[in-house]
Amino acid sequence: MTYSKRLNDRKMDELRPIEAKVGVIERADGSAMFKIGNTWAYASVYGPRNLYPKFMQDPQSGILRVNYNMMPFSGSGERVRPGANRRAKEISMVSEKALLPVLDLKEFPNSVVDVFIELPQTEAGSRCAGICAASMALADAGLNMKDLVAAVSVGRVDDKLLVDLDYSEEAYEDGPVADIPIAMMPQSGKITLLQMDGEVTKEDLRKAIGMGKEACGRIYEVMKKALKEKYEVQ
Amino acid sequence: MYNELRSHVLKLLKADTRLDGRRATEYREPIKVEQGIICTAEGSARVTIGGTQVMVGVKLEIGEPFPDRPDEGTIMVGAELLPLSNPDFELGPPSIQAVELARVVDRGIRESKAVDFKSLCIEPGEKVWLVIIDICPINDAGNLFDASALAALAALKNTRFPKVEDGKISYKEKTNKGMKVVKDPVSVTVCKVGDALIVDPLTEEEKIIDARLTVASTADGTLCALQKGGSMPLSVEDVEKMVAIGISKGKELRVALER
Repeated sequence: MTYSKRLNDRKMDELRPIEAKVGVIERADGSAMFKIGNTWAYASVYGPRNLYPKFMQDPQSGILRVNYNMMPFSGSGERVRPGANRRAKEISMVSEKALLPVLDLKEFPNSVVDVFIELPQTEAGSRCAGICAASMALADAGLNMKDLVAAVSVGRVDDKLLVDLDYSEEAYEDGPVADIPIAMMPQSGKITLLQMDGEVTKEDLRKAIGMGKEACGRIYEVMKKALKEKYEVQ
Repeated sequence: MYNELRSHVLKLLKADTRLDGRRATEYREPIKVEQGIICTAEGSARVTIGGTQVMVGVKLEIGEPFPDRPDEGTIMVGAELLPLSNPDFELGPPSIQAVELARVVDRGIRESKAVDFKSLCIEPGEKVWLVIIDICPINDAGNLFDASALAALAALKNTRFPKVEDGKISYKEKTNKGMKVVKDPVSVTVCKVGDALIVDPLTEEEKIIDARLTVASTADGTLCALQKGGSMPLSVEDVEKMVAIGISKGKELRVALER
């Protein structure tokens, strides 16, 4: 059987419904919520603030620190044990690298900008949702940014290329699957996060990235709208 | 450390007002309870008290009963003071504040017998339900104790058992069978500053209080858990007054739960 129609009735390039809101956590210097389908991310930004211990300080520039965390009840199966695991550590690191290129922290030597990404509910694409939330939260914190960062997972299920895989597609068993999370700076079209697991040809990869770029453009519009909702002068 | 803040708060309290204009024993508005907000949890709730927002999710697992209670399941409460919710919280293993919060919420539910542990038995001596309640603050603007206890109760009341096939949980399929919650234990934390007693402290007020007493009580006014905190002692009269405030304010919180 080939994968002719998506299990969830979406079109091949159709994203799940998105909800985005900026300024959702009062105590943070910047915050945002990004929900795509059943995947739900909060991000808050604290800083620039003093960085301790002192040996971690960089006298040339501020540093960015990102932490990705799934809440214990956010997985569809068993409870997720709280605290950092290997997966969360890696995602924190790649998310940090995905966001850093749009920031200029030279103005804030010896300081840190902390980004905390929390997921109350997940169903595939959680690192991408986290990056979208984080990028809006950084803008909400008033930091100088070259661009936003939009992220989505694209992939191949059987012989089809599609956008924003959900859990049923990631777990598709009747054919090969490739899951490719991508983060982009929508204005320049440059890629700041790229991962892949599964199997795919290099032609399909090129096409999938093209679809990801187009989808990131649409996500970018949603993110801009959410920011304008908070900041536009009436 | 906060001497000026403290004398300012005390001065305001002499005129029966607070930093945000409230009276001493007035809760912030709104008090809001939303249930069933997280589809990956078997039960969930989000509680808002003024600017404070807490999410609680319930996960169910199957485990072995304790040898001395072969026909009873049990609850476990965890709390993480997420650095997302407060600039003073740090990453890492649960701090003593998080452990205290989790244990006080645990005791309110456990000791009130809100959940009949016998109803969590699947196969005596072999298999019982473990009810895991996790507390995650989203925005900590003060009084996590009362918000967390209320959210934990609301999440329990929202809990549906998943389907079990050959002893394994099929998390994707929830049954119509809900968690039986037979009592409504609610916590009210009463704080003492100077000679004044206040409820629902803001983060700023939490820094300058002399002592606090968390009073968990059920709808009929029975006390089910207490926790004194803070570094100053309380007189017996203080305790009596604080308990009375705790029980009467608890009724207000219970109204929010039923709304």
